[in-house]
Amino acid sequence: MQDENREYMLELLGKGSREQERGQFDYREIRIKKGVVPHAEGSAQVDLGSTKVLAGVKLVVGTPMQDKPNEGALATSAELLPLASPEYEMGPPSPEAIELARVVDRGIRAAEVVDMDALFIEKDKVWNIYTDIYILNYDGNLFDASTLAATTALLSARMPRLEGDEVIREGALEKLKTKNIVSSCTFAKLKAKLLLDSNAAEESIMDARVTIANDERVVRAMQKGLSGSISFKDLEQMEDVAFEKSKELRSSIAKALGE
Amino acid sequence: MGGSGEKPELIVDGRRLDKRAFDELRPIKIEAGVLKNAEGSAYLEWGDNKILAAVYGPKEAQPKHVADPNRAIIKCRYQMAPFSSLEEHGRTGPNRRAIEISKVTKEVFGNVILLEQFPGSEIDIFVEVLQSDGGTRAAGITAAAVALASSGIPMRDIPYAVSAGRVGEHMVLDVNKIEDNYSDADMPVAIAPRNDEILLLQMDGSLTKEQISEGLAMVRKAGETIVRVQREALEAKYR
Repeated sequence: MQDENREYMLELLGKGSREQERGQFDYREIRIKKGVVPHAEGSAQVDLGSTKVLAGVKLVVGTPMQDKPNEGALATSAELLPLASPEYEMGPPSPEAIELARVVDRGIRAAEVVDMDALFIEKDKVWNIYTDIYILNYDGNLFDASTLAATTALLSARMPRLEGDEVIREGALEKLKTKNIVSSCTFAKLKAKLLLDSNAAEESIMDARVTIANDERVVRAMQKGLSGSISFKDLEQMEDVAFEKSKELRSSIAKALGE
Repeated sequence: MGGSGEKPELIVDGRRLDKRAFDELRPIKIEAGVLKNAEGSAYLEWGDNKILAAVYGPKEAQPKHVADPNRAIIKCRYQMAPFSSLEEHGRTGPNRRAIEISKVTKEVFGNVILLEQFPGSEIDIFVEVLQSDGGTRAAGITAAAVALASSGIPMRDIPYAVSAGRVGEHMVLDVNKIEDNYSDADMPVAIAPRNDEILLLQMDGSLTKEQISEGLAMVRKAGETIVRVQREALEAKYR
């Protein structure tokens, strides 16, 4: 963003102006819908304001990772689709898309959302889970929207069944075995100010970005992005807000799952 | 995180496998100005990690459309040599992990280099991990900071980095490879020592708020040693 625009927007934020009188640590309206792509084993669409993210989960029979012979494997990818923003381009995944996917993946993996042992089939044969995150419309905070979508997609996924070598993906199937729920809170730091769930305009002028993924008990993943710095005090405050706000996020997930 | 098979006892009689205390760094050695062609360079040994960092530029940004008329841009590549680990031959070229580390490393130096002094330019930072034993991103940032300082590119500060982790109930500093394979959390941190601000923060595993604070306190204390080794390397170059 042009340096002059940045100054103007910072001035507005300095006056406490956020759209629709949103508070510093308020989320925009969160809408989660599971099962939007019934062909996928699990799927969910998340709308966070006008940010729109779709996650799809597929299970594939494969070989285990060398260092974990008795577990299935997780692979998470994210695509910043060119239709989601005039800024996004076609081509191989950008460092931004790779970072997004890896941070979402770390939260889900560290929180042990999926019961990885239940993915074991037989020696050298396991279920591998592919979670693909599609960014459909960009208006800021892709990290939290993507974690919500991926987690909901996994928690609502069905478990395919093997009949001989044939994979049965439809009909009466059990649910994918899961063990935990994770969510993330992503903060933008603009000068000395912290904002939760920033939109595209706010993100265009942020100095630093911090994502904290946690469950009810502990922090599971963190990632700071961009060149701005944060203080130790900032971090403590963000941790407190993340633990508090994650209750809201988990209940949005539970509601979407119909629980 | 995420090792295989039987988990070894990582802590015996209050000491770690390599006899370190919980808050003890591995030995660190840095030599500045080791590569003649680069504007700045550093060779670092940090435990069994061996890392070369080099800086080229500032020079005209290429291709032209990536140039920023108001400041220099940074290009950064972190890479692990395919022969760097005790395991099998790694894959050549940047994988997703390396791309992410390159990104966060670049962002660390975007904070401290006076980029406004070189509009339209690029500064290239290369971090090559020749031998790896855990904590290479932190070691790479620590080495690249010395390489940058030795290049004479004006900087607000010389950052340092180190990671903290958790092994069972203990927070530990500077996690090595075997500890990382079986640890319960890993948290690499980079800090600008002059204002004590956090430039890089990553974490995965599970940590309470208190454990995060304890880990960060270990990082800051170790910072005094790392900063001293960085300064000595720079002083030795100009002696």
